[in-house]
Amino acid sequence: MIRTLARKDLHTLFSAPSTWMMLALLQFILGWFFLARLDDYLQVQTQLAQMDDAPGATISIAAPLANLLALLLLMLTPLFSMRLIAEERRNQTWLLLATSPLSSAQIVLGKFAGLLALLSLVILAAVAMMALLALGTRADVGLILCNLLGLWLLAAAYAALGLYFSAVSRQPVVAAFTALAVSVTLWLLDMAGGLLRALSPNTHFQNLNSGLLSSADIAYFVLFCTFFLMLTIHHLRHERGGH
Amino acid sequence: MPAPTTLSARNLVRFHGKRRVVDDVSLELRRGEVLGLLGHNGAGKSTTLMMLSGALQPNSGSVAVCDFDLARRADLGKACLGFLPEHPPLYRDMRVDDQLLFAARLRKVSKVQLPEYLELAKRRCGLLDWGQRLVGELSKGYQQRVGIAQAIIHQPAVVILDEPTVGLDPAQIRDIRALISELGDSSSVILSTHLLHEVEQVCDRAVILREGRSIFNGTLDELRAQSDIESSFLRLNADAESEHA
Repeated sequence: MIRTLARKDLHTLFSAPSTWMMLALLQFILGWFFLARLDDYLQVQTQLAQMDDAPGATISIAAPLANLLALLLLMLTPLFSMRLIAEERRNQTWLLLATSPLSSAQIVLGKFAGLLALLSLVILAAVAMMALLALGTRADVGLILCNLLGLWLLAAAYAALGLYFSAVSRQPVVAAFTALAVSVTLWLLDMAGGLLRALSPNTHFQNLNSGLLSSADIAYFVLFCTFFLMLTIHHLRHERGGH
Repeated sequence: MPAPTTLSARNLVRFHGKRRVVDDVSLELRRGEVLGLLGHNGAGKSTTLMMLSGALQPNSGSVAVCDFDLARRADLGKACLGFLPEHPPLYRDMRVDDQLLFAARLRKVSKVQLPEYLELAKRRCGLLDWGQRLVGELSKGYQQRVGIAQAIIHQPAVVILDEPTVGLDPAQIRDIRALISELGDSSSVILSTHLLHEVEQVCDRAVILREGRSIFNGTLDELRAQSDIESSFLRLNADAESEHA
């Protein structure tokens, strides 16, 4: 049931020309950045060769690329997530889901899975670009995999957050702006100190971005997603007048 | 022996804010019966239908579809019903076939039965040649047919139709009414309308709502016997139609 809904949402996302335009723009930016970083690296390579503990190609090129994608995901995910529930309501198709034998949890998980599948494709395309480094040098596979995990967890977090705001907003545009505002605020918390900093997805992503795999960071993302998904399920149940 | 009950609603109450939109409405539907839910705009028809279909939960009262209580076994109860809301719930960027298959999968039709159910639903709604068309390209009448097809594709025991003929031209209205009568042979149908003659044409029984309360619940003969209700409804109806014109 969750798969049926996820597949339909993925189909809807891909049938919108705006999705293809956003994906093309994203690939262009990433490709351009990748080449620029590669060029910079090649220029300083001779100096780096004389250093004892020189940074490798992966940390100099792949890690900044993942960092850039993390920032782009922050901005793009709300544009994809805004439609998930708010648009179904606006187009009156929501009643088809509400009167089908689906629980609120199944609807939310189906929509979450659909969006995450799209974002996973974006991330895999970027990771494939990073893997290209293996053609010319010995790539740090561990660091690339760590970044893949980090990006995927970050995308899941933004998707869950975006889904919640799509459920509470009447208009998709309002859903996108609210989700973006909250995501940016959370991102900026990284600059604050103490406990607030620990609340920022960026803080936890930075650890994974530098190759530090810690269960605390993974637990943060799992909790973050669970929190927003539960909040969405609760909102939908409440809206039906349920208990 | 009377036919088995497919849907029963007891003492439904629903508030919108502090206003009681539906007030103590009870009704029962038996297999093979077409029930007309009659009332002018704002009488609480759509809210009642939303509760019967499980889209809204009543503030008090209960709904059971095929003996499954919608509050406790919503998954089993909803699998036995098909709903066409006032605006057909259609994805404009989907092809008719994809739309219907998606609706069937949501209602747990098995993979093996999908082609057969799709064919049957399209044949009943006159959509056999329209499977590859985008829903957004269809006329209002055909969109309504797709809306009905998505409500009956899983061959539910109960079909709920909210004002299915509104905004259609006379030929389309005739076709849709014929289809509703045909549906009444195999399923139970609840049809909401503000047109008394529509109820007389296609329904076996009627429930009349006024300001959220049920003021009549019985057969058409009983309705005709209570001439005061009929005449007051006809007056309401005439007012509504003159407004429309």
